[in-house]
Amino acid sequence: MDLDIDPESAVFRDEVRAWLADNVPRQGLPSMDTAEGFAAHREWEARLAEERLSVVTWPVEYTGREASLLQWLLFEEEYYAAGAPGRVGQNGIFMLAPTLFAHGSTEQRDRILPAMARGEQVWAQAWSEPEAGSDIAALRSSAVRTEGGWLVSGQKTWSSRAAFADRAFGLFRSDPDSERHRGLTYLMIDLRADGVTVRPIPQLDGEPGFAELFFDEVFVPDEDVIGTPGDGWRVAMTTANNERGLSLRSPGRFLASADRLVRLWEACGEPAATASRVADAWIDTRAYQLYTYGTATRLADGEQLGPESSVNKLAWSSVDVALHETALDVLGADGELASPWVEGYLFSLAGPIYGGTDQIQRNTIAERVLGLPREERR
Amino acid sequence: MRFALSPEQRDFAAALDELLAGADTPGVAREWAERRFEPGRKLWRELADLGVWGLLVPEEHGGADAEPADAVVALEACGYHAVPGPVVETTVVAPRLLGGDELARVAAGESMVTAAIPPEVPRALDADAADVVLRLDGTAVQRISSDMDSGGRMPSIDATRGLFPAAEHGEVLGAARPHAFALGVLGVSAQLLGAARRMLAMATEYASQRRQYGRAIGQYQAVKHLLADVTVSLTMARPLVDGAAVTLASGAAEPVVMRDISAAKVAATRAALLAARTSLQVHGAIGYTAEHDLGLWLTKVRALAGAWGTADAHRTRVLTAVRGEHAD
Repeated sequence: MDLDIDPESAVFRDEVRAWLADNVPRQGLPSMDTAEGFAAHREWEARLAEERLSVVTWPVEYTGREASLLQWLLFEEEYYAAGAPGRVGQNGIFMLAPTLFAHGSTEQRDRILPAMARGEQVWAQAWSEPEAGSDIAALRSSAVRTEGGWLVSGQKTWSSRAAFADRAFGLFRSDPDSERHRGLTYLMIDLRADGVTVRPIPQLDGEPGFAELFFDEVFVPDEDVIGTPGDGWRVAMTTANNERGLSLRSPGRFLASADRLVRLWEACGEPAATASRVADAWIDTRAYQLYTYGTATRLADGEQLGPESSVNKLAWSSVDVALHETALDVLGADGELASPWVEGYLFSLAGPIYGGTDQIQRNTIAERVLGLPREERR
Repeated sequence: MRFALSPEQRDFAAALDELLAGADTPGVAREWAERRFEPGRKLWRELADLGVWGLLVPEEHGGADAEPADAVVALEACGYHAVPGPVVETTVVAPRLLGGDELARVAAGESMVTAAIPPEVPRALDADAADVVLRLDGTAVQRISSDMDSGGRMPSIDATRGLFPAAEHGEVLGAARPHAFALGVLGVSAQLLGAARRMLAMATEYASQRRQYGRAIGQYQAVKHLLADVTVSLTMARPLVDGAAVTLASGAAEPVVMRDISAAKVAATRAALLAARTSLQVHGAIGYTAEHDLGLWLTKVRALAGAWGTADAHRTRVLTAVRGEHAD
C-alpha cells in the first residue's frame, strides 16, 4: 500500500500546474448561467482542448491523452487549486461521453466527442419530469417511431445547462404499452430543432442554471439513439453510476475549498468557536481524497463500481455543504454578503438532491451494500 | 500508487478472522473483565502463532519487520472481535520502546507489554495482566513496577480495561525510537474501525431478523437510513487510517505524520461512536442488557474515544499542522 505518485504522473501534474498558472483567468469568468458567461465558459473549454486538457482520460483521437484515473484525479486537484473556471461541458464530458464509450457506435463517437471536447457542443441533461423525479422510471415523455427516426413529445424539467445548451440527452418511453424501466430509449436531441421549447428556470441565485424542456413531435434521427431502442434503462445506468460515483465530483474541488476554508479561518483570527468544524471539514475532505485513491486503485485492477457509489455520493454531497456552511459561519455577520463562499454554498445545496437524493442513496446503501430487506412497495 | 490492501494483507486479515471467530472472544473478554486472564493469554498465544505481536519487531529479533499498515490489519481484527488486553501497546508501541531481547519475547508471544505515555495516556492498561509495564516521558523509557495487584485498579466504562496509575520512577531503559505515540494513536484508530464494523454488522443482522408491525424492522427507512449513515462514516474513516499508516511508513515530516494520524483518530472515533449509538438504538432494550454482547463493543469504543487523545485534541493537532502548511 502506498500513495506514491509515479514519475510520469508527476511530470503530467507539473505540466498541468504550470499551464494553469499561466492561463487561468485572473478575474474569473461571469456566471455560466448567463448568456455572456456561458459563451465565456465555452471559449475556456476550447482553450483547454487546444492543450489537450479538457478531457485528459479520453483516447488521443478524441483530443484526450489517455491519462490514467490517478492522473485525472491529479489534474482535478491542480485545476481547482488554481481556481480555474467551472466546467460548462461537464454534463457531456462526465455523463454522456462515458455512455457513448460504453454503448455508442463508432460513428456516434466520431461525430459527437470532438465537438464536445472543444466546447462547440454543450450538452444538457433531460431526465426528470414533473411526475418523475427520484422515481425516474415513472417517466412519460414519449418517442414514437417514424420514418428514419423518432418523434419525441412530452416535458422534461430541472434540465441542467439547458437554458443555453445546444443539445440534450435522456430517456424517453418508446413503447407506449411498457411500464417502469422497460420500453425506454436513450436519445440525444437537438435543442434547436423544430418543436422544442426551452423555458429557463431561475435557481436560488436568480440565474437560470436549469430549464424546462417541452417537446412537440420533435424529430430525432435514428443515428441519435444510443444502444438498442427499448434498452435505454440499462444504457442510462452507466450514466447514473458516473454521476453518483467518481467522475462528476472529483475530490479536487473539495480539497481546494478545504484549503481556502483553513486560510479563511486563519484570516478571521482563528475563532475557537468554529475550530472543530473547520478541522472536521478538512478531515472529511482528506478522507474523500484518500477514498477516491482507493477507488482508482480498484478500478485500475479491473473491479467495477457497484452500489458503493452511493456511499461516494453521500460523502461528497455532505462534505460540500459542511465546507460552505462552516465558511459562512466563520465569516459571521459578513457571511451573508455576496462572495464566492455564498455562491459555493448555494451550489452545494443542490448536491444532496441531484443525481439521486441523499435519501435514495441511503436506501441503496441499506439494501444493496448492507443487504437489508427491501421495503414492501405498494 | 496502490492504495488498497495487498493480497497478502487480505489473506492475513482472513486468517485472523478465522481464528478469532472461532475463539468465543466475547466469552474471553468477559473472563478478562473478572481478571481471569488465562483464556485471554491462550488467545494471545494463538495470535502469536499468526505473528501478530512481532509484526513491527525487527527480523533479527524474531519479528516480521512489517509495515504499520499490517499492524492496522491486525488491530482492526482485534477491534472487530473485542480481543482483550493491551493489544495496541504490545503490537505497535512496545517495538518503539524496548530493546532486542525483550522484543524477541514479545514477538514470540511470551511477553505482554503495556505502557503509559503521560499526559495523553496517563495510566497503564491491564498492568495486572502484563509482563512488562513501561512509562514514556518525552523520549525517556522506564520500566515501572509490574507488581500491581488488582487493588490499585481503576475500573473503566469498558469492564475489560483495568487501568493502573503509572509510577513516576522505575528502571531507566533508555531512549524511545520515534513515533511511539503516533503508532499508539494509529493502533487505537484501527481498533475503533474494527469495533465500528462489528457493531454495524450486529445491527444489520438484528434489523434483518427482528420483526415489528408484521415486518422486519430493517425494511423501514427510518432504520435503513441510520445504518446507511454508519456505513458512510465507517467507509470514509478507513482510508484515513490506512493513509496514516502509509504516511508513517513513508518517513514524512513530523507535522505531516501527526496530521494524518490525528485525522484518522478523529474519523475512527466519530464512526465508532455513531456505530455504537446506532447499533444500540436498532437493538432497543435487548442491546441495553449486560447479557447481550453489544455492550462489550459499545463500552470499549467510548473508552477508546478518550484514550490516546480525544477527538477534539486531535482536531487541534490537525489544524496546527495544516496551518503550518500554508506558512510554507
